[in-house]
Amino acid sequence: MAEVEETLKRIEAHKGVIGTIVVNAEGIPIRTNLDNSTAVQYAGLLRHLTMLARSTVRDIDPQNDLIVLRIRTKKYEIMVAPENGFLLIVIQNPCE
Amino acid sequence: MEIVHVYTKLRAEFGRQCLFSDRPAELLVDVLPDPSLGLQFIHKTPRDQALQACRDMSEHQVNTERFESDSCGINHVEGGWPKDVNPQEMEQTIRFRKKVEKDESYINSTLQLGSVMEHCIRQNNAVDIYQEYFEDEEEVEESQEPPFAKTINVFRDPNEVKRTVTCLSWHPDSGRKLAAAYSCLEFQKTSKDMSLDSYIWDVENPNRPEMTLKPTSPLVCLEYNPKDSHTLVGGSYNGQIAYWDTRRGSQPVELSSVEQSHRDPVYKIIWLQSKTGTDAFSASTDGQVLWWDVRKLSEPTERLVLDPGREGNLDRALGAISLEFESTMPTKFMVGTEQGVVVSCNRKAKTPAEKIVCTYDGHHGPVYALQRNPFFPKNFLTVGDWTARIWSEDIKESSIMWTKYQMSYLTDACWSPVRPSVFFTVKMDGVLDIWDILFKQNDPTLSLKVCDEALYSLRVQDNGRLVACGSQQGGATLLEICSGLSTLQKNEKSLLAAMFERETKREKILEARQREIRLKERSRSEQSREEEGGREEGEESPDQLIARAENNFFSVVETELRRRREKEDEENRVMSLILYTQQSLTFCSLTFTSENTKVLLLQ
Repeated sequence: MAEVEETLKRIEAHKGVIGTIVVNAEGIPIRTNLDNSTAVQYAGLLRHLTMLARSTVRDIDPQNDLIVLRIRTKKYEIMVAPENGFLLIVIQNPCE
Repeated sequence: MEIVHVYTKLRAEFGRQCLFSDRPAELLVDVLPDPSLGLQFIHKTPRDQALQACRDMSEHQVNTERFESDSCGINHVEGGWPKDVNPQEMEQTIRFRKKVEKDESYINSTLQLGSVMEHCIRQNNAVDIYQEYFEDEEEVEESQEPPFAKTINVFRDPNEVKRTVTCLSWHPDSGRKLAAAYSCLEFQKTSKDMSLDSYIWDVENPNRPEMTLKPTSPLVCLEYNPKDSHTLVGGSYNGQIAYWDTRRGSQPVELSSVEQSHRDPVYKIIWLQSKTGTDAFSASTDGQVLWWDVRKLSEPTERLVLDPGREGNLDRALGAISLEFESTMPTKFMVGTEQGVVVSCNRKAKTPAEKIVCTYDGHHGPVYALQRNPFFPKNFLTVGDWTARIWSEDIKESSIMWTKYQMSYLTDACWSPVRPSVFFTVKMDGVLDIWDILFKQNDPTLSLKVCDEALYSLRVQDNGRLVACGSQQGGATLLEICSGLSTLQKNEKSLLAAMFERETKREKILEARQREIRLKERSRSEQSREEEGGREEGEESPDQLIARAENNFFSVVETELRRRREKEDEENRVMSLILYTQQSLTFCSLTFTSENTKVLLLQ
């Protein structure tokens, strides 16, 4: 329990990280440092996209699997990592 | 259970057994070659036949049926929560969250994910992989691709009876809305079911107009107020002016009184630059130009009659069909008339006689469009009959540049607001031409067939990229021009200024020469008059003219009668010849030539 807290705190402390969200299998944000509505929006939208990306990767090569999905936008970068039904979403503003 | 199909047929129904037997070959048909048929063909040697061993491909285009899409929003409520947890209750959600956090799999997964994610974050912070390397360098000149224009949308008249799009006006701020005036300009062709409405379209939604304007008579012209994007003024077919506020609904807020308005359709109405922003002026083929204050449309504030004799005589007035007003020169304006004359007027003249400053006579037919070049206000473009002409204000005799006579009538034209040397014209065969006079003067730079029916109106949006043109069947097409034709090129203004200078000078020289020749002629004719003494040349009295005309007439009649009599005599002679030769059999061709070289063939 404490390790999880520590890990997440460490992530949030990195340079440029704007927000972190941990989502469970049902799409509910368990832990986030953003406001609830934003977190719910991110969770809902990114879940579908991650599942789609994952199935694409596995369709091409069934032995393969998705590790991280990175979406680089004009304003920041969104990184999504799926594991075991859970999702960790991090929004970072890369340094220029 | 096994499902079994059973086919049964009674032995008795089988029929007779087939008995096969052998038979020698029998010749049924023998078609021998017929060499005479070969004469119908021409022998061709050598023959070139190309063969290719490749797959047959065919190209096929399919256009799906137009489908109407509608955008609407859906309200989502937060979901995913298990049934016993109410998402609105803070306590319950917090409790649920705490419960999940204690879960084994959650802890493991999060630790794993944490390490993966940290790696990525560190990567991002280390190197920016999307760094622009050559940002400071100037963008290389794009390769000269051929100009093109793409149709983005077509806005069709939703009514059954289609009317012509007679005028288009862009929304002044964004160019997201387009106001289109619909009416039927053909005399007495309006049917009873024809709707009177005009529409404002949203550029993104071609399925349904955003707003309807309901005048009492179909609108011929419609303009947005450049100062206030909610108000529009329109001129209708019966001569009235109507004023709309889009915030107040589809009915006109005010309508001018029928007695004080024009007596013919109002062909053009333009907003003026004034402190109040409520002045407009309109022109119509009844020969009047009226100024209005839209707050009080019961009567016009000023009236001008386009009489070239400068007497204000309405009977001799020229019918106005287009107007031109440039906000940088607020006292001057120009009117294009049905008679092919462009009249330049000064609004601030003291007497009505002085209002009309000068006329430019150039076209054979009505001047349908008139616009000053936004970069060179001394030069203006007119369109009428089959040509487009560019004029300079100083040269009144003729235009300085003109296109050659096109195959069909030109109906509207306008300059591009971003490129001084580009202008657009539309024609009655449904073609939109884009002319770039710095590039090519003889032909349009780009010629596009927009639709099969005639195009009647044209309007370029202020950014120079979007062009809307309206057709006879009520379809307004929106096109996007390629960037080559809508971005200012280097040195364009100076080159164009030089071109206009050159042409103006040429015309001036020609004019001067003409004047010289005329002077010489006049002096020569005066000399000859002095030599001949008292003979009146040219100025005969009316009686003498009448007498001369009568003599001419009678002599012509006499010669005609004489000719007819001669013809009759000949025919009589021919008839007697026919009777004489009726005894001869079958084909009898008789040629008889008379003094008048007439040939009669009788068979």
